[in-house]
Amino acid sequence: MAEKLTITIDGVEVQAQPGQTILDAADGAGIYIPRLCAHPDLKPIGSCRVCTVIVDGRPQAACVKPVADGMTIENNTPELLEHRRNLIDMMFVEGNHFCMFCEKSGNCELQALAYRFGISAPQYPFQFPAKDVDASHPDVMLDHNRCIMCARCVRASQELDGKNVFQSIGRGFERKIGVNGERDLADTDMDVKDRAADICPVGCIIKKRVGFEIPVGERKYDHKPIGSEIEEGEYV
Amino acid sequence: MSKPKVATTSLAGCFGCHMSLLDIDERILELVELIDFDKSPIDDIKTFSNRCAVGLVEGGCCNEENVHVLQEFRKHCDVLISFGDCATMGGIPAMRNNIPLTECFDEAYRSGLTVYNPDNIVPNDPELPLLLDKVYPAHEVVKMDYFLPGCPPSADTLWAVLTALLTNQPVELPYELLKYD
Repeated sequence: MAEKLTITIDGVEVQAQPGQTILDAADGAGIYIPRLCAHPDLKPIGSCRVCTVIVDGRPQAACVKPVADGMTIENNTPELLEHRRNLIDMMFVEGNHFCMFCEKSGNCELQALAYRFGISAPQYPFQFPAKDVDASHPDVMLDHNRCIMCARCVRASQELDGKNVFQSIGRGFERKIGVNGERDLADTDMDVKDRAADICPVGCIIKKRVGFEIPVGERKYDHKPIGSEIEEGEYV
Repeated sequence: MSKPKVATTSLAGCFGCHMSLLDIDERILELVELIDFDKSPIDDIKTFSNRCAVGLVEGGCCNEENVHVLQEFRKHCDVLISFGDCATMGGIPAMRNNIPLTECFDEAYRSGLTVYNPDNIVPNDPELPLLLDKVYPAHEVVKMDYFLPGCPPSADTLWAVLTALLTNQPVELPYELLKYD
């Protein structure tokens, strides 16, 4: 029987297991820490920084930081909300996110976080970068306009599918998701049944011929903000 | 006391947001109790006749005429609202933003599949407003005070915001009324 640790999140005492991350411990206690690149089935990489919390006075990514006994954590503060809003804002202006015709709209985690934070318009200047669409694969489409570089597809392909379809290439603003194939997605061993095909938080990796299947009003985030399932304790 | 004036305009938009405004159905009778429309496509008044309390701006700026109208709105309205995704984020017109302008003209007037243009002329009458290099959301041209995303924002969203503003209540949208699609 492993010993139990106690951490404090926004003044609430939370029991945690040794080896757990702050994010996992918070989820277990019904406290939602916003996140984008983290996914329960994938190893965390702490890339998007949306889950940043203040641990004993220092900013840390909750998805990779292991718990330690007696940690004092700030999560739901005006400063952190502003930090997270700024990150979401930047992701919106750095891509071409046309929600009105995106198949992922209503089920998109980026959009859902913007809704949760009450963002009515990004405050930064729009970049409108030129990005490609790779529609070569018969069943899966890759629209770089919507990519937020969370690298979930890279990890899912390696960790869950035992393949190596995606890779991030380039640096900084030029960084993008590349495919390990002769040229396009069609040249890889990508399959529509791969976990990598449905793990994208946004509408970058989209399955063909199933778009707009769920009517408006019944989509995942139409009525309840993202994170509600954790706050209501329905999350395992 | 006279009723506050509301002006509306559609810049680089599709008039869908104005249609959504009309979608408030019979509540429009309550609305005309609260306000008078000034310059607006709804009453077809072309120029500002009074100072306005609220200006509703649909669409971003894709040409110099849009910029001119938007600046007029800023000058004549106390509160300016970006309504709809085109005004807040550029929207569908902004899809041309990473295509060179000459390619857009060629597709529209010269090489497009359904184009009939034996003289190969791109319309260049001095009366026509010049296109901007890119489509800009309204707040990148003048200061906007409120943002109502949505394609279009629902009638309930517009109603909630307009009635809050006109009755001096804080503008707070419930979760289900803030949507980008």
